[in-house]
Amino acid sequence: MTIRPRDHTHQPPALTPAYRSSQLRAPSHKPLRYAPSRTEATGPTFGHDLIGPTDHDLIINYARPGETAMGERIIVHGVLRDEDARPVPNALIEVWQANAGGRYRHKKDGYLAPLDPNFGGCGRMLTDGEGRFSFRTIRPGPYPWPNGGNDWRPAHIHFSIFGAAFAQRLITQMYFEGDPHIALCPIVQTIPDPGAIDRLTARLDMAHSVPMDIRAYRFDLVLRGRDQTLFENRMEGA
Amino acid sequence: MKETASQTAGPYVHIGCVPSVAGLEMYRGQDLGAKMLSPDVTGERITLHGVIHDGSGAPVTDAMIEIWQADAEGRFDNPAFLGWGRQATDAQTGAFRFDTILPGPVTQDDGTRHAPHILMWIVARGINLGLMTRVYFDDGPDPVLDQVPAARRQTLIAQRDGPKLRFDVHLQGAQETVFFDV
Repeated sequence: MTIRPRDHTHQPPALTPAYRSSQLRAPSHKPLRYAPSRTEATGPTFGHDLIGPTDHDLIINYARPGETAMGERIIVHGVLRDEDARPVPNALIEVWQANAGGRYRHKKDGYLAPLDPNFGGCGRMLTDGEGRFSFRTIRPGPYPWPNGGNDWRPAHIHFSIFGAAFAQRLITQMYFEGDPHIALCPIVQTIPDPGAIDRLTARLDMAHSVPMDIRAYRFDLVLRGRDQTLFENRMEGA
Repeated sequence: MKETASQTAGPYVHIGCVPSVAGLEMYRGQDLGAKMLSPDVTGERITLHGVIHDGSGAPVTDAMIEIWQADAEGRFDNPAFLGWGRQATDAQTGAFRFDTILPGPVTQDDGTRHAPHILMWIVARGINLGLMTRVYFDDGPDPVLDQVPAARRQTLIAQRDGPKLRFDVHLQGAQETVFFDV
């Protein structure tokens, strides 16, 4: 099994000065390429016994008994595939987010908006045999951040995804259709390709909404392809 | 299809990946990947530790590091050893620590041998796409290490002091660690 080289035209470069934190954290050398070996083509596998019954339900997984988190109730669902459109089954997806007011349950977040006593802000799940995943949560609020000026993050949910190979490991953020902060955000705009930004934007999915209960958003994910044979015994960018 | 674009893990990555570091009690108090060793694991016990620095030399106090490695025989399919670990850097010092085993050399499908190494993946606020590097324990020979310019090769070799192996990471600057696009 080999891993297809990453197409960097759809990925943010390391140095993106408008996102100020990247200025001292971006390597100045171009990364060196080598042909993926057994190390990169393998990765950890997580069993279903890891996942608790409410791990994927952020509406209740931190709530006091009989209570629920405050905010817009939503389902987020989608399919995890690779670049060859093959579903990635049994893959671990972890998510985290702020509450409805844009406040994170993290000891370093000092934003004025209050914590929700019934909302922790993290969840996890494994994709099924067809690569599908689904979780329930509340729609997170936008929040201000110290980047200089008057910067606000769009409403977003962070995703951490494991594929079958460690080279497929990915962390990203999901945005919501129609949010005017998307175009203004220096973190979103680290991505040079408008199509790649559009694919990070979840779509309202009325067909999967539950009347009088919860709306749905559709968000699909794609990991690097794994089948293309690559014999490249030469460093690039050296 | 195109690979989903990466975004920074941000300063609150702990909430989702190492909740106890956020001060968040979740998943019965168990941070995934916190413990790599069990009594069933065979091999030489080592502690891999170090500090992550930014381009000004300041410690990176909000990073998350994952490692992926073979077992002592160079295999990735050992039921007693997952081979994967995850740690946050210390909120004051930027230090990290993994208690694991020394991996064996990995033989590839074509018979070539890679010297013992640990794959390391770093995400943090300010890092748009996770940074991949390799930790080696001596200077080879190794098909990857051999292709790194000689002047930068030392950045990939941990400094040994008994069972403790120190591996400092410099994201940027004169001592910049070699990162890979693999």
